Amino acid sequence: MTRIALTVNGSHCEADVEPRQLLAYFLREQLELKGTNIGCDTSSCGACTVLLDGESVKSCTVFAVQADGCDVTTVEGLADGDELHPVQQAFHEKHALQCGYCTPGFVMATVSLLKENPNPSEEEIRHGLEGNLCRCTGYHNIVRAVQAAARAGT
Amino acid sequence: MIPAAFEYERAGSVDEAVSLLGRDEDAKLLAGGHSLIPLLRLRFARPSLLVDIGRLDELRYVRDDGDRIAIGALTRHAELVRDPLLAQHCALIGKAAAGIGDPQVRHRGTIGGSIAHGDPASDLATIVLTLDAELVVRGPSGERTISAAEFFAGMFVTALAPQEVLTEIRVPKVQAGTYLKIERRAQDWATVGVAAARVDGRVQVGLTSMGATPLRAQGVEAAVAGGAPPADAAALAADGTMPPSDVNGSAEYRADLARVLVRRALEQL
Repeated sequence: MTRIALTVNGSHCEADVEPRQLLAYFLREQLELKGTNIGCDTSSCGACTVLLDGESVKSCTVFAVQADGCDVTTVEGLADGDELHPVQQAFHEKHALQCGYCTPGFVMATVSLLKENPNPSEEEIRHGLEGNLCRCTGYHNIVRAVQAAARAGT
Repeated sequence: MIPAAFEYERAGSVDEAVSLLGRDEDAKLLAGGHSLIPLLRLRFARPSLLVDIGRLDELRYVRDDGDRIAIGALTRHAELVRDPLLAQHCALIGKAAAGIGDPQVRHRGTIGGSIAHGDPASDLATIVLTLDAELVVRGPSGERTISAAEFFAGMFVTALAPQEVLTEIRVPKVQAGTYLKIERRAQDWATVGVAAARVDGRVQVGLTSMGATPLRAQGVEAAVAGGAPPADAAALAADGTMPPSDVNGSAEYRADLARVLVRRALEQL
């Protein structure tokens, strides 16, 4: 076991992990943060996207030990109390989800995208979210939600 | 899909990484992990020790070094995409890096990892071969430089000795260059990729996924040097190659793609 210390959603946490423990499983099983979904488990679908030091990563392809000393944000860390994060609010208002399984990953990928490019064109949004798959929506409403969140100035 | 158990050590310096690698003959280096972790998860790789060099920030840089650009091996794909020196002097690297995986992958994947992995589908490996890059490595007896032409020894096999760490990639400043690839879907590896650059007035062309290693299109280069127009030179693109047939395309289809992409690339120079 290896001792790790990291910040998750603003809270300091320490844990003993096996080196082979993947960050996605660490967040879900040890910290019980089940908002991060595991979809393909092969770094393709993006459902497990979280922010690692502010940048989107696929947590199924990062070991928990690699996050030692880092700042991790999951979808649970976005809202301010009862007030949704502007990206969450935009996904809600634009109906950017159907079954919702991919949504936490899309929301986290969007937060990262808008940080790097606050005013993306539609094409930049589509390319910027190419690491996330949604099998329900056909993506149009997701793109509209990202545009709305960008206008809201996230 | 859980990797087999392994020991884990985080190296605090390149020299410490070299010495940790010497502790276990089945040790592997972990950088961004985006080639290695998928292999570990499939248990195609089962190292007993992982030496994590991902925190060695002294290997994350792009520097002007006279007639060359020096790139630290741990520079991430996302950093290659936005680097102003590369944009000015070797733009095909940023162009290729922008097409690797997706944003999440580019936040983690490194140029050194992509090259040292020895995957014939690596876009950046083809570029360093095309540019006759120098690869600086450090081992127990110090530093040495390996030419890209000698580096890629076979499929997933490189000239790196077991205890050596790739630390820097040195590429020439180019007058023009591009990287084109065809992939079946977003995120896919290149079915075929083509790098082309004008280096010291000479046109150099390389191919991705056309054999067990990245390859130079020597026939094309000779034809261009002899004054052949792009369409005529590009007809030689698949000569001497051994493209695979797999789910992404047959060998014949890849040969055709290589000819088309080489022509397009030459027309852009």
